[in-house]
Amino acid sequence: MAEATSNGSARKRAPVAVTGIGILTSLGEGREANWQALSAGRSGIRRIGRFPLEGMRTTVAGSVEFLPIAETGTPHVSLAMGTRVAREALSQAGIGRTGEFPGGLFVAAPPIDQEIPTRLEIARAAGELRYGPMLRVAATGSSKPHLEFLNGFIADRLQAEYGTRGMPVTVSTACASGASAIQLAVEAIRRGESEAALVVGTDASVQPEALIRFTLLSALSTANEVPEQAAKPFSRNRDGFVLAEGAAALVLEDVAAARARGARIIGYVLGCGEAADGFHRTRSSPDGKPIVRCMRNALADAGIGPEAIDHINAHGTGTPENDKMETLGIQAVFGARAGSVPVSANKSMIGHTLTAAGAVEAAFALLTLRDQRLPPTINYREPDPAIPLDVVPNRARSATVRRVLSNSFGFGGQNVSLVLGAEPA
Amino acid sequence: MSVTQEVWITGIGLVTALGEGIEAQWAGLATPETWRARIDSTSFAPFHIHPVAGLDLDRQIPKKGDQRAMGPLMHYGVYAAGLALADAGIAGDAEALGKVDISVASPGGERDIAADEQIFAAMESANDPGRVLNERLLADLRPTLFLAQLPNLFAGNISIVHGAIGSSRTFMGEEAAGIAALRNGFLRVRAGQSEISLVGGCFNAARADSLLLYGPGGYLLNRPWAPLWNRPPAGMTLGSMGAFLVLEPAALAARRGRRPHARLLSVLADQTDRQPDAASRAAERQLQALPPTEAGGLAILSGASGAGAPTGEERRWLAALTVRRGGLAVRGTAAALGHGMEASFLANLALAASCAERGALFPPLAPEDPLEAEAGAIDRVLVTGWGHHRGEGLALVEAAR
Repeated sequence: MAEATSNGSARKRAPVAVTGIGILTSLGEGREANWQALSAGRSGIRRIGRFPLEGMRTTVAGSVEFLPIAETGTPHVSLAMGTRVAREALSQAGIGRTGEFPGGLFVAAPPIDQEIPTRLEIARAAGELRYGPMLRVAATGSSKPHLEFLNGFIADRLQAEYGTRGMPVTVSTACASGASAIQLAVEAIRRGESEAALVVGTDASVQPEALIRFTLLSALSTANEVPEQAAKPFSRNRDGFVLAEGAAALVLEDVAAARARGARIIGYVLGCGEAADGFHRTRSSPDGKPIVRCMRNALADAGIGPEAIDHINAHGTGTPENDKMETLGIQAVFGARAGSVPVSANKSMIGHTLTAAGAVEAAFALLTLRDQRLPPTINYREPDPAIPLDVVPNRARSATVRRVLSNSFGFGGQNVSLVLGAEPA
Repeated sequence: MSVTQEVWITGIGLVTALGEGIEAQWAGLATPETWRARIDSTSFAPFHIHPVAGLDLDRQIPKKGDQRAMGPLMHYGVYAAGLALADAGIAGDAEALGKVDISVASPGGERDIAADEQIFAAMESANDPGRVLNERLLADLRPTLFLAQLPNLFAGNISIVHGAIGSSRTFMGEEAAGIAALRNGFLRVRAGQSEISLVGGCFNAARADSLLLYGPGGYLLNRPWAPLWNRPPAGMTLGSMGAFLVLEPAALAARRGRRPHARLLSVLADQTDRQPDAASRAAERQLQALPPTEAGGLAILSGASGAGAPTGEERRWLAALTVRRGGLAVRGTAAALGHGMEASFLANLALAASCAERGALFPPLAPEDPLEAEAGAIDRVLVTGWGHHRGEGLALVEAAR
């Protein structure tokens, strides 16, 4: 039960415990394997082998082609990854019974749309290549079932597999979705709706259409020659992000409930902040105000000031625009300390896992706190004079880390920051 | 848990096949002839749709560049969001807009049908379809259209067009997304986690790519039009709509000098496995979980989609409920508005708030059906939202007289 605070509302600022983590990225499957690779500064970026690359300006990505799964396509691969990371997180948390999780499900997953090859199958069945005749064939009910292409598909299947309570929630705030899903779960636990929540962020968008769409937005790196070196966040020669696949799951619990059942607590979500940007569909406000407001909202929600943050897990995509604006934001929030707070960009190694990124990077931030070890920003060979940050260049570093700020900034102006801690205060 | 904030509905914005604004809905719902005249049974035959027509975008989306950055789906929603903000007295108030937390439900935006068809043709005649796919996508896709397809850009466009920039969250997943969006806004306001919540959804029925999703599943009515409660298992007629509500804590809204359309008392959500009677049992549990209210006239706006088993089961549950609780009038709104998928629960909630405010229900949409009796004075309205495939929502609004 939530206790009332002085202003009568539910516990707005209570920390929430993390008792289970699952991770799967281009670096491999499993929490510890990922963490070892990340700490060793390894890159998961490879040449794409999944589809023909003729005519593509970008030919590298952080895909999970190593996964032994039969299904193809974004919905199925996203579901397969989400299922696997949830299993790992639940196994670590040791909560509930098999197929009976005592809380809600919050999912960050890509929008699902039938891709061209699927539509072409329907067209072939219709014997016509235009939508009108296809509709008439569809009317006979002879085409493929629609369920796998509903946006609720991934959450529905995860709910059925793990027996989460109530209606599962799928959220999209673009590249901040994973962090939004964590925030939704934290709010639900703080409101006392349940004592636990399962968060899954998963994204398998390495497909021709997605690759081309991000290419048309000039968002992707075209440094194809040495794939491992394509992602260069905060470097002067950074030229875009690297599209990647990945997933992470977190089991979140009310702190008192986790303690009462004797759970081993890995770390805590201390605060969540968000801010919308009304400036432009793909560019953030030139004054950086929404990003600043976002970070400050997270700190306020955690009840701390910037001086209490020991490390920043940056959004750090490696696009010229993001890294410049994130730096401005960090400088505004951290003032004189901006140059000395270590800032890591996980995307230098795993690429940009899009809707999963906020969850994947929060998971890495929690392991940073667990092991007191800062993951590096790799491929940092040409410092950018406009970015005077300590980016933990190229090699991991041991440090005293009590609290980490993890940033996620989405296309469309949806920004979320999380404060994660080793201790509940 | 500590429940302290009374939640007021202080703004309503609706765009449907019946027109824009709440008055147009009442006018359109007045007689079956009025709303049946809005159904389009030819453009996407054999399916029927309830299209939005004659929207003057300039009134809510003044910049042409903004209009071009969206398809009809987002136009309907962004337009309705503007109506709701204006209704709540927030439009143009930068200080209030800076606090607005956007909570919306959206499917993906429209595909470029012509580009898709060109690609199909090119791939069919190619020796190397994979290579042709890349070439055509690179040549034919437009970045603007890609952005118009991302569900979260719906919220982004509301921030850009209306200046609502507190925060924004977009929920995905058909009807359940609309339930989640409303529940998110309601619970945050009630718990003191949000000062102003702009909650809404959008849906465009007039798109072949969307009909191709629900048609093959066997959900769409492909025979002559029939009343909602008497349709074959393939019984959905989709409806275009944008539906928005402004939710505020009563104390803060009163301080702004606002009066509510209605109080929002409860928003409940469930997801059953849809075995026979599972949804009915969930609805019974939800009824039990509603806060106790005083005696008074109660009506139900049903979100029944028209699709097969769920609509039949909901009809049986509603019929039993009307027997148990005399004087309960039901309206299946999808008859008149079409089923608005992500937006349907929110549109029904907006209508319910208006009914509570007027203390009256609109006339039966199926006058021949005993379920849709004439109604007396109304104090409270229940809104059901059983998804065509998954998700069961229930909300309760109350007159604030």
